[in-house]
Amino acid sequence: MSDHDYRPKSKVGQWFNDRLPLLTLANHLTDYPTPKNLNYWWTFGGILTFCLITQIVTGLTLAMHYIAHADMAFESVEHIMRDVNYGWLIRYIHANGASMFFLAVYIHIFRSLFYGSYKSPREIIWILGIIIYLLMMAAAFMGYVLPWGQMSFWGATVITNLFSAIPLVGEGIVTWLWGGYSVDNPTLTRFFTLHYLIPFLILGLVVLHIWALHVPGNNNPVGIDIKKPSKDTVPFHPYIVIKDGFALLMFMIVFAFFVFYAPNILGHADNYIEANPMVTPAHIVPEWYLLPFYAILRSVPDKLLGVVAMLSAILILAVLPWLDTSKIRSAVFRPLYKQFYWILVADVLILGYVGAMPAEGLYLLIARVATAYYFLHFLVILPILGFKEKTLPVPLSITEPVLGGSPNLAAARNKESKIE
Amino acid sequence: MKSLFKLFSIIIIIVVSNSYSFAAEKVEYLKTDWSFKGLFGKFDRASLQRGYQVYTEVCASCHSMKYLSYRNLAEPGGPEFSEAQAKAIAASFEVTDGPNSDGEMFTRPGKLSDKFVMPYENVKAAQAANGGAYPPDMSVLVKARGGGVDYIYSLLQGYEEAPSNVSLDEGVYYNKYMYGNKIRMAAPLSNGLVDYGDGTNATVEQMSKDVTTFLMWSAEPHLEARHQMGFKAIVYLIILTTLVYFSMKKIWSRVESEV
Amino acid sequence: MSEKKTKRRDFLFTATTAVGAVGAAAVVWPMIDQMNPDASVKALASTEVDVSSLTPGNTLTVLWRGKPVFIRRRTQEEINEARSVKMEDLIHPEKDEDRAKNPEWLVMLGVCTHLGCVPLNDKGDYNGWFCPCHGSHYDTSGRIRKGPAPWNMEVPKYEFVNENTIKIG
Repeated sequence: MSDHDYRPKSKVGQWFNDRLPLLTLANHLTDYPTPKNLNYWWTFGGILTFCLITQIVTGLTLAMHYIAHADMAFESVEHIMRDVNYGWLIRYIHANGASMFFLAVYIHIFRSLFYGSYKSPREIIWILGIIIYLLMMAAAFMGYVLPWGQMSFWGATVITNLFSAIPLVGEGIVTWLWGGYSVDNPTLTRFFTLHYLIPFLILGLVVLHIWALHVPGNNNPVGIDIKKPSKDTVPFHPYIVIKDGFALLMFMIVFAFFVFYAPNILGHADNYIEANPMVTPAHIVPEWYLLPFYAILRSVPDKLLGVVAMLSAILILAVLPWLDTSKIRSAVFRPLYKQFYWILVADVLILGYVGAMPAEGLYLLIARVATAYYFLHFLVILPILGFKEKTLPVPLSITEPVLGGSPNLAAARNKESKIE
Repeated sequence: MKSLFKLFSIIIIIVVSNSYSFAAEKVEYLKTDWSFKGLFGKFDRASLQRGYQVYTEVCASCHSMKYLSYRNLAEPGGPEFSEAQAKAIAASFEVTDGPNSDGEMFTRPGKLSDKFVMPYENVKAAQAANGGAYPPDMSVLVKARGGGVDYIYSLLQGYEEAPSNVSLDEGVYYNKYMYGNKIRMAAPLSNGLVDYGDGTNATVEQMSKDVTTFLMWSAEPHLEARHQMGFKAIVYLIILTTLVYFSMKKIWSRVESEV
Repeated sequence: MSEKKTKRRDFLFTATTAVGAVGAAAVVWPMIDQMNPDASVKALASTEVDVSSLTPGNTLTVLWRGKPVFIRRRTQEEINEARSVKMEDLIHPEKDEDRAKNPEWLVMLGVCTHLGCVPLNDKGDYNGWFCPCHGSHYDTSGRIRKGPAPWNMEVPKYEFVNENTIKIG
């Protein structure tokens, strides 16, 4: 990398940079050699950064008006919606922003699954990502409790009760979480505190995530290691910046549509009814982005095992780099894996769908099959596939086929270069 | 690029269909042409003013609207009564204030800054007066019901004779749009119940539409500002996206790679 | 050919940046404006005070928009003292006649114009108010006479609704 011997041109810049090498960092970030064949699926990293910053900024402004008290929370949200200048805008951005955040993170995760970005030497990036994802779920869940509507209250009750599945100490833990004998004011204030804290933890982890990324550099659709900088790379600025910017704007159009024209469609109507500890809503459902895990939870008839299954479904991702035994990264060169990949995508979408349905009859059966397949994919199919699959030949470099005259993969394959 | 769009649309469809899939026994709600729907949707002022009249003459005897203030009636994007009219409306209500310097509560005529006066002091009093059922606060009622405006509009017109296989307790009525078909509220509207100042014929259908429009506004008082800003924001984003697209093409033309 | 192309490219980049900057600025405004007084705060503009029990030589302090308002029923002595002051002696020259339309009643914000403390009644070198924070002396018309405060205490908009009631705001 060229930035090691970077020296600012101005005297002041040199003086500053010798004491705190921020300019070296900025230079590293702008010159950072990026594979030039990154497709639009790679723009979601930037989009996620935008989502995080949007949530933090709108969250901070909402916190200036929100009152974390069981008697006043619902009213203070209505105050924000009615009286605070642009309060309705800020709240709708924040509420829909959570959904957009998860939409982007799911695309980001599935991009990684398709192109094998979690594999060596990028395991730490991947694990940091899983921790970020877990924290996102915690933040989203606690944020949903804050308006103190019916879904807030009963969602909080149901989710905190998951901990009561733990043998012996479960009940004690739940009481401790609540700060009382039910979800009430102490629960609300601590959820608010944690909801405020977690985004900054995420921010810190994002810095580590990007730092860890900049050690080996980006994976790419071909999934091969590339020399940096070379004909295979372009500097991050302006090439990737403008491309990320373009994708971000497309994303913002979708975002704006939700905020301005369908701000409540992703939420549940019951959350506009103030929390009432004496009446449970007819159907308790989490927000859409948690539905697949909710389906897994409900598909297991045992309380403890259901919780274990749900947690395992997320934690299994952390060991994915070692469950996938294939040496080839990109699904482009793994014809069988590619098919199983799409089955997994369908499986998760089905889990999400049945998660929103009542847990009975056919839905329950489908949920069980889909849950079983989910674990089958990671625990059985992936490890075996690495040994059995006949992979396609992988090109030596991104530019290779281009130099050969025709920029397609067929040319690359003809070269019969294979990485072992 | 194309696949990205596909994925977006698939996800949106799934999400949207999910959020609608809860009405286990789907009932077709009555439809009407709401002026506030669509990209440029705005409220019909006359309808909002009539709706306020229906609320205050009919609903307000049981249903509170505790998040609204009288000043809201004169604010832009709402019924837009004149300030003098809103003041007169506020002054027609008795508001409890205090304590005064003697430590006593007292009543005075309402002011613009006052919240809508509630029909009952608290939830318990409301329940006691209504046979145990709490008439819900109507400030955000439209957003608190899955079917939204169509549901409220239908419910107001959905009172029928109960089918012979349904037995109703004392003080319970049959409504074909109510969840479970049993409702504790008697049919609130009947033809000619209110006297519209603008000469509109006060049919049940008309009053239902007016009061539902009013409730939509009360739940979403900044709807018009939101629609206007949304249109501007999206037009702006499309312009900027186009500019960025061509800039991107230009920049990437320096390397032989497809964007 | 290259010059023409460069120009067009430059224009494209400039236009993109400019349009982007306008959008960014437009997004910042709501985040700033949300901290301004909201609609419910703005609506609480006026308050009515019953002054029937106030005797001459006494002050009533009421809260208006979160600030104390002094309502002083002045004695004839105090009025004479306030009206006899020469304009040249004042730091912030204002006639008492302009500050108290009805000479018996002085209504003003009880906030020192130095740094916002609440001055004490019947204190100071000029028989009016004295601010304990940094030693500003006000006279019987609430005008600054000595100390660091730059202006007289502010007279809010008020009116007598009837003999016994003052409406502030």
